[in-house]
Amino acid sequence: MKIHISNGRLIDPKNDIDACTDLYVAAGRIAGIGNKPDGFTADQTIDATDLIVCPGLVDLSARMREPGSEYRATLKSELRAAAAGGVTSLSCPPDTEPVLDEPGLVEMLRYRAKQLELAHVYPLGALTRQLKGEQLTEMAELTEAGCAGFSQADTAITDTRVLWRAMQYAATFGYTVWLRPEEPYLAKDGVAHDGEIAARLGLKGIPVAAEALAIASILRIGRDTGAKIHLSRLSTAEAVDLVREAKKQGVMVSCDVSINHLHLTEHDIGFFDANCHLRPPLRSQRDREALCSGLADGTIDAICSDHAPVDDDAKLLPFAEAEPGATGLELLLPLTLKWAGENRVSLIDAIARITHLPASILGITAGELGINTAADICMFDPERYWLVSPATLLSQGKNTPFVGSELAGKVQYTMLNGHLVHGL
Amino acid sequence: MFNPQLDKDGKLKHLLSIEGLPKSILKQILDTADSFAGVGEREVKKVPLLRGKTVCNIFFENSTRTRTTFEIAAKRLSADVINLNVGTSSQSKGETILDTVENLTAMHADVFVVRHAESGAAHLIARHVQPHVHVINAGDGRHAHPTQGLLDVYTIRRYKPDMHNLKVALVGDVLHSRVARSEIHALTTLGVPEVRVIAPKTLLPSFVERLGVQVYHDMREGLKDVDVVMMLRLQNERMSGALLPSAQEYFKYFGLTQEKLALAKPDAIVMHPGPMNRGVEIDSAVADGSQSVILPQVTYGIAVRMAVMSILAGNN
Repeated sequence: MKIHISNGRLIDPKNDIDACTDLYVAAGRIAGIGNKPDGFTADQTIDATDLIVCPGLVDLSARMREPGSEYRATLKSELRAAAAGGVTSLSCPPDTEPVLDEPGLVEMLRYRAKQLELAHVYPLGALTRQLKGEQLTEMAELTEAGCAGFSQADTAITDTRVLWRAMQYAATFGYTVWLRPEEPYLAKDGVAHDGEIAARLGLKGIPVAAEALAIASILRIGRDTGAKIHLSRLSTAEAVDLVREAKKQGVMVSCDVSINHLHLTEHDIGFFDANCHLRPPLRSQRDREALCSGLADGTIDAICSDHAPVDDDAKLLPFAEAEPGATGLELLLPLTLKWAGENRVSLIDAIARITHLPASILGITAGELGINTAADICMFDPERYWLVSPATLLSQGKNTPFVGSELAGKVQYTMLNGHLVHGL
Repeated sequence: MFNPQLDKDGKLKHLLSIEGLPKSILKQILDTADSFAGVGEREVKKVPLLRGKTVCNIFFENSTRTRTTFEIAAKRLSADVINLNVGTSSQSKGETILDTVENLTAMHADVFVVRHAESGAAHLIARHVQPHVHVINAGDGRHAHPTQGLLDVYTIRRYKPDMHNLKVALVGDVLHSRVARSEIHALTTLGVPEVRVIAPKTLLPSFVERLGVQVYHDMREGLKDVDVVMMLRLQNERMSGALLPSAQEYFKYFGLTQEKLALAKPDAIVMHPGPMNRGVEIDSAVADGSQSVILPQVTYGIAVRMAVMSILAGNN
């Protein structure tokens, strides 16, 4: 199958291309940029007039709810949502049921995803068995089964010695350790930022110190163990400062921020909106601004959707009892564009943060459109507004604080290995 | 932002929290309560304002006092009253809070009086009831207990009518207290110029000053020249542990004694939402003393709850 993508504006941050030029796809790979390859006859032409043609997006945190919670979302429903959102590679945290701590489970997940051919799925293996923070998993075996790194999902390790050993062991093989920094005792039972809103609404708070303390210890242990560290979903200004300083000192650390934390604050909880019950909690306006500027200056490497579909019943509860999480795969692109617009960041720099930069954190070749790389392509209309609503979202999770918002940036076509997996 | 407590004409639709209510509505409730204050002393303790209406007390968290005062208030308004202790029935069988509410709606209740252990439960219910149903929050987690806040300011107004010239001190566990939050909002909305909170740092929420209060950690300083001392209840399980070392030390530094009360204005009144821990937050001599208005608070509580229910659902 040979495809000619014509008249689009090609943006490929990895190769520093931003130009109106055509793209040629053959045998599932990029065959030519600008100039038609010799002997190329297109079987199909996609008219990309007024569209931006960029690498398929790479999402560092998307929960598929499989295995274990198929009643609320399945690999199929969520990978369709990924395709509709232009996401072609995604990594999923290990907090499934059962936990991804056995090579067999990882192989099964990879196999099921491969059968569906909607997006490339890179599972993160559990860093400790059952995520209990006691016993290490078979990290080498899990890597052979297809794990892209090791994570504790939302369950922090309380025993610092186990964390030390886990990072030492991961460093032995050069694996990346993904941690969402949160000191578990300070965060215990907390459901909101420990600030003005929590004080007013009578919600249990999670202090900024919980994130700062965790980052300080992770970075310190990282220095001694030599482990590669990825910090997931920063939420505070102090965290951004700590990472900026560590990077200056040459520590091997990367980090991401979720689309929700770039745009929302504790005030969005309003009158107990359970869709704003997120992990980490939405913080103050000052924190939000620091995340936005930290992302712009490169301290924060990537944006993730933090996709977590939750069924209605689990949200129709008092705020603290409602399950945390929001659907996000289909909002990754529009909310990245919104951040770029509000912070005067160029499109090419914005797209970098959801393509090749997260790909390099995952250690995969993706998020670029170089000659002979896989033809994973996202084509979107940056000017087209759409209404976020249960009807427009393909994900089985309809829960997001952005329901009712109109956002600019609609994906028209998504291509995976040269096949259209989404087309309007 | 859309205010879930008011209808499209700005009238009270639900009573969920004092915060966000205009001064005019608070005054309307207090003035209406004045007209009910004498009903309990009549021979026939009933008015027909809620005749034919059904008030449903849904208590997801146990309570005897609050439930009883709501029940008396509803009955004095001639309403039919259903009491439901959900903590001991449906929830233990796995029924969700909204299922319970829908079931009761199907029984044609007009007013739901709701208490729940989680902040925001009353808001959740108010968002999902049918348009003719009114929800009264009888306490949700640490968030709000608006009728208690109202009866407290009602009591203050009875004894100190000029609210624009008052210093009020709240003493004790503000962190876990829905009563404190409602009192603070009621006082500041009605124009009380100085509201103080007095507590150790472990019993105050972070950023409590953003609620418009002055923070004191020394009771002797904080009580100086105040007109009203509002004591807060300290739960047994919080008396020793990581929040406080012991009930004895707490009483020594934050308990109200005659000696400490002497620092307040000579005509200061002492209040407590009950139930009291004598010898922990308040000395018996003060609780039963001449400056105490703790029992009148209970009496006025019925008038205030009658006022709220008649404004929400009265036959006018």
